[in-house]
Amino acid sequence: MEHYISLILKAVFVENMALAFFLGMCTFLAISKKIEAASGLGIAVVVVLTITVPVNNLIYNNILREGALDWAGLAEVDLSFLGLLTYIGVIAALVQIMEMVLDKFIPALYAALGVFLPLITVNCAILGASLFMVERDYTFGESLVYGFGAGVGWALAILALAGIREKLKYSDVPEGLRGLGITFITVGLMSLGFMSFSGISL
Amino acid sequence: MADASAKQVLFEPIINNNPIALQILGICSALAVTTSMSVTLVMAASVIAVTAFSNLAVSLVRTQIPNSIRIIVQMTIIASLVIVVDQLLKAYAYEISKQLSVFVGLIITNCIVMGRAEGFAMKNGPWLSFLDGIGNGLGYSVLLLVVAFFRELLGSGSLMGFTLMPVVNEGGWYVPNGLLLLPPSAFFIIGLIIWGLRAWKPEQVEAADYKMSRHKTKEAF
Repeated sequence: MEHYISLILKAVFVENMALAFFLGMCTFLAISKKIEAASGLGIAVVVVLTITVPVNNLIYNNILREGALDWAGLAEVDLSFLGLLTYIGVIAALVQIMEMVLDKFIPALYAALGVFLPLITVNCAILGASLFMVERDYTFGESLVYGFGAGVGWALAILALAGIREKLKYSDVPEGLRGLGITFITVGLMSLGFMSFSGISL
Repeated sequence: MADASAKQVLFEPIINNNPIALQILGICSALAVTTSMSVTLVMAASVIAVTAFSNLAVSLVRTQIPNSIRIIVQMTIIASLVIVVDQLLKAYAYEISKQLSVFVGLIITNCIVMGRAEGFAMKNGPWLSFLDGIGNGLGYSVLLLVVAFFRELLGSGSLMGFTLMPVVNEGGWYVPNGLLLLPPSAFFIIGLIIWGLRAWKPEQVEAADYKMSRHKTKEAF
């Protein structure tokens, strides 16, 4: 249990997807003007990451990995080069299915997530988490926890940035720095702040 | 844009319509690889190749793709190209591919590739799309290389692995600025580059959301 708690803390704070690995930056900068939009996107990312990382973990360990097809008599087959194509396919398909399920059964949540669900397919944080999971050889349980933690970390970062930007728009920023420029510098400062978590471990 | 000349398509994205500084595309996978020039060069070359060829391929099949599944088709094309690049790097530049780790794979979700395929290649012929891919790839690479230049020179006193300013630890005179090797510095440098670019080309400045009004009444004292 302790192992999982430490993993979750690491994923949320120390290895924050957005601020330490720059993943999901495009949407991170584009959708952080308003807190409502940012929280919708944040929740969507948490949900999608918690589902896709473990699913990709199962696929990797049971089909793609070298020697995983032993049960079918194909012990030497190594399909890991198909990984990238598979993960992105799984992500796109899962997002599509989630969209349909939500539309049918939980229309309120569907309306809240709205345009953000399709956007998530091309969010690098989602694919990045799956790739990190493969690189670090997580087990199924670890991948579930890691997916959730990474999502929460990303959501936390975008909410914080949206809060800062809502205040920031009333300040007198030099002309060339207005908009994108000052946002970059703000994110840099936030990233500095998050670095103070490094070294924490349970 | 149908009558745009080839030269315009190729050079426009480098300064006037830079994908990173103006279109906010493709920042995701890039910043973590800018701590050294040689790794950045490899990354930039991979992105140019993938953008150019995916634009070419998407443009060639653009009339056959049913509109409802076009995203999946584009995704498949891009992912296949990235797998080719990934395997090539593993075969011929194993050390660098280790340093790039997951970031080669993340070219798939690099918004530049997807954005150009969707926004340009679906509407234009193969040749122009190919050039547009190279142009946008170059615009991305130029910015990335500038960032890498400052980070490697000031962070570790070297360029492309050659020592230019001998650091104190090895008996030299230069005290390296460790901050530049850490993630936050990339944000600061890009923010400053954007500032510089917009000071030079004022038409890129964004409109203010909120304007301060002038004082209308005299202060009380």
